[in-house]
Amino acid sequence: MANTDKNSYTVIFAVVMVLVVGSLLAFTASSLKPAITENERFEKQQNILYAMGINENVEGSVNFVPTNKVEAEFGKYIKEQLVIQNGKIEKDSSAYLINLKQELAKDMSERKLPLFVGEKDGKDYYIIPMYGKGLWDAIWGFIALDENYVVQGVYFDHKGETPGLGANIKERYFMDDFTGEEIMADTEYEGITVAKGNNDPLNERKDDGKVDALAGATITGNGVTAMINSTVKLYIPYLKDLKI
Amino acid sequence: MALLSKKDRGLILDPLADNNPITIQVLGICSALAITAQLKASIVMGISVMFVLGVGNVVISLMRNIIPSKIRIIVQLVVVAALVIIVDQVLKAFAYELSKTLSVFVGLIITNCIIMGRFEAFALGNGPWRSFLDGIGNAAGYALILVVVGFFRELLGSGTLLGFKVLGDPIAKTGLYAIGYENNGFMLLSPMALIVVGIIIWVQRARNKALIEEN
Repeated sequence: MANTDKNSYTVIFAVVMVLVVGSLLAFTASSLKPAITENERFEKQQNILYAMGINENVEGSVNFVPTNKVEAEFGKYIKEQLVIQNGKIEKDSSAYLINLKQELAKDMSERKLPLFVGEKDGKDYYIIPMYGKGLWDAIWGFIALDENYVVQGVYFDHKGETPGLGANIKERYFMDDFTGEEIMADTEYEGITVAKGNNDPLNERKDDGKVDALAGATITGNGVTAMINSTVKLYIPYLKDLKI
Repeated sequence: MALLSKKDRGLILDPLADNNPITIQVLGICSALAITAQLKASIVMGISVMFVLGVGNVVISLMRNIIPSKIRIIVQLVVVAALVIIVDQVLKAFAYELSKTLSVFVGLIITNCIIMGRFEAFALGNGPWRSFLDGIGNAAGYALILVVVGFFRELLGSGTLLGFKVLGDPIAKTGLYAIGYENNGFMLLSPMALIVVGIIIWVQRARNKALIEEN
């Protein structure tokens, strides 16, 4: 056995270790990459469909369209995928792959905003992707509107909000409250506020643009408010054109 | 358990009770506080740590005679980090839903003091098979406390277990809620995990006086 205390041995050991571990991880990452990308793609389709009410929910819990069916369902219900860039609206069948986080960081003229038009039971749904900040990390989601700017459904997700508190934005009892709220007050854009103490915990008033907040998750709730208001607002002029 | 000698059995069973990594050695507290608001997260975290610690202990033990002592901590870190990344990637590829629920917790395994502690204290001085048993045993002791804490925090804090509403529906006022029971929102906050762990330590030491340290 070589003298393991020698400096040269230490350096050689470190170099070999880094090479071995590095190539092992690179190999794992690149061989699993296709499967991971595929999963992420399915997830996006599931989320978009979820927002327009295509899901397999059973009471109280969130259940997406199964991954083996999602591709077909997505093709069936999403009739148009649009990209808004520089004031022009164009069709793009891979609009759902656009990374909204990167687009929002770009300059207005280079920004591509995806918009999905779905149809279910003869009714049109306009599904807008959203991206924002929660308490710890990113939050994102999709919101489906009908032609009167009434919310038909939402889906929220998050990267690392507090379990049991902020993480509950992806629970049914929070997301379901958004359905039926209006994002326009008359002709002015109003958005939806996640509000504390609006004396409406069961969310029976649908015309106030307010949704009851989650206890103990003030900052995540404010993040949801800000996310809805900042992203959806970008689409309003185009939705008016589309009409819609 | 004819498979294991008495000494080997001790490696698995001791950490479950009288030498528990959380309640006796007071290691791994950070993650015990962070993730125990729900029982499901506790269980999955326990299983993930068991994998990382079991495999990691074997790897370190196999390399114990060739690791230069000057950089042994770095070598241990590299081993944990590599294993955690592999676990994370495999979960993302084959159990995507699960990897979503775990999100940041998998990465947090790297910071778990129990893992570095067992590498340093056990795997560097023992053979692979014993190191493996030691890793599984300690991870099981950790998982046990996590599950107990997760059970009480989810039950008292949210009124659910693994997501099922075992105490009735708080909004529709059924079950216990019909007679005025309220969930204790405090249980969802990290400090309450510390109090639950404290109660477990108290119960354990009250039952076994030998565990009480002399001052």
